[in-house]
Amino acid sequence: MVQTEKLVFEYEKRDEEGNVIGTSRAIDEVDIDVKEGQFIAVLGHNGSGKSTLAKHINAILVPTAGTMWVDGRNTSDPSELWNVRQSAGMVFQNPDNQIIGTVVEEDVGFGPENLGVPTDEIWKRVEESLKAVGMIEYRSHSPNKLSGGQKQRVAIAGVVAMEPKCIVLDEPTAMLDPVGRREVLKTVQKLRKQKQVTVILITHYMEEVVDADKIYVMDHGHVVMEGTPREIFSRVDELKSYRLDVPQAALLADELRKRGLKIREGILRKEELVEALCQLN
Amino acid sequence: MSIKLEHLNYVYSQGTAYEKKALNDICLTIPHGEFIGVIGHTGSGKSTLIQHLNGLIRATSGELYYNGENIYREGYPMRELRNEVGLVFQYPEHQLFEIDVLTDVCFGPKNQGLSPEECKERALSALRLVGLKEKYYESSPFELSGGQKRRAAIAGVLAMRPKVLVLDEPTAGLDPKGRDDILDQIAFLHRETDMTVILVSHSMEDIARYADRLIVMNRGTVMYYDEPKKVFEHYQELEKVGLAAPQVTYIMHDLAKNGIAVRTDVTTVSEAADEIMRALS
Repeated sequence: MVQTEKLVFEYEKRDEEGNVIGTSRAIDEVDIDVKEGQFIAVLGHNGSGKSTLAKHINAILVPTAGTMWVDGRNTSDPSELWNVRQSAGMVFQNPDNQIIGTVVEEDVGFGPENLGVPTDEIWKRVEESLKAVGMIEYRSHSPNKLSGGQKQRVAIAGVVAMEPKCIVLDEPTAMLDPVGRREVLKTVQKLRKQKQVTVILITHYMEEVVDADKIYVMDHGHVVMEGTPREIFSRVDELKSYRLDVPQAALLADELRKRGLKIREGILRKEELVEALCQLN
Repeated sequence: MSIKLEHLNYVYSQGTAYEKKALNDICLTIPHGEFIGVIGHTGSGKSTLIQHLNGLIRATSGELYYNGENIYREGYPMRELRNEVGLVFQYPEHQLFEIDVLTDVCFGPKNQGLSPEECKERALSALRLVGLKEKYYESSPFELSGGQKRRAAIAGVLAMRPKVLVLDEPTAGLDPKGRDDILDQIAFLHRETDMTVILVSHSMEDIARYADRLIVMNRGTVMYYDEPKKVFEHYQELEKVGLAAPQVTYIMHDLAKNGIAVRTDVTTVSEAADEIMRALS
């Protein structure tokens, strides 16, 4: 679904007159391979290159060198631009920056309208996507009266209405309260099951990625770790060296093991830890 | 430097169709030198509340006493209040504007009418306090990474030597290491300088680790004002208002339900480890 080969992206550094004085590599020979229907998480510290990578998936940025394919299309090919953008939709961090309509349903309809979808079909899609994110009862509300989590779900509905095969979410929960965070993640999981969309989630919250099929960890433009959540989160010290962390349940399990309790490795969820401790009792 | 709010009300757009009561009869006393956490769902009134503390927003009705003096009385030196109560907004790095980091941090003290030498001295000590490396002092603030920009912006407020430091979600969008670094730094400042710290956050785990007391906001009212342990005992009520307890608190409740005799008023990983070891031995 999303595939890269030796992907490189360089920013140009300019002096005050605008002359190029050098380049810096935000992405350095990255190879990733995301299969259709997978749930992929990308972790990495601020400035590690994860958002730059995400912006390549719907061709907001195109590679300096190497190649990115989305649904088999080369994103560097200008004639494929609109097809690429229709295949991969993006949801950003700040809900207030991506809602443009004055009414919820109008906002959700904006995407398909731009794709030239016939009016009847737009209404059908708007209704369907608002139902999918659980916001149908707010269809005629003004978006600015909604909570952060609700706004983010409307933004997701706007992407869903374009019927992409892949949704890229760049820190969609960073500004939300705990319940808003849960609402958004539940919505994403539901979409994955109902519509078999491929999901690529970028986040700083380790708890959000324990269900991922695969995690990529980025550092200085490279992919430095790659594996299932269980594999990745068992390497606590290595993660910390990349400025990351592990979910609290895993951290507590690790701490208890260090203090001599015999509980198994690879615990990620609170249910697993509770079960392991009950067996000891 | 205690702060006392008496029957404080704030209404947005009073007298128009968009009238909204943001704060409803708030009564609070914040003693000097405490580390206070503020939590609440999006739209609960947290940001409105803290903007009252340095007089940026004037209450529609009710009184606010700073150090025993009513700040709404005629002739109250508001400028001095703003020097004493420093406010760090959400995404403070958006307010960086000067040509280099040091000049930017000097801006606050310069406005307080201090001499260039004093400004520089204060700026340097503030930059050291937030742990920004010296090699960045001459850089443009826009060349820094997200976490570094955030530190520079916080230094800009610290350089004014406030007695009360109010921070509105200072860790939103930062990687786990960046979050820990900034919060550790704030906790260090709090210990070293007896400054009152008021921290707004959506991370229950962070707030549980640092705050002496929590203010829980819900729909413009104060729902709880107590120690974190006591507040998170009400985890079911908190969930109803968009919040949650730290993950470890849930683990302890589940363990207790499964017949392991642990205390449930536990809010941090190390406490949880102590308690589990005690119960199982």
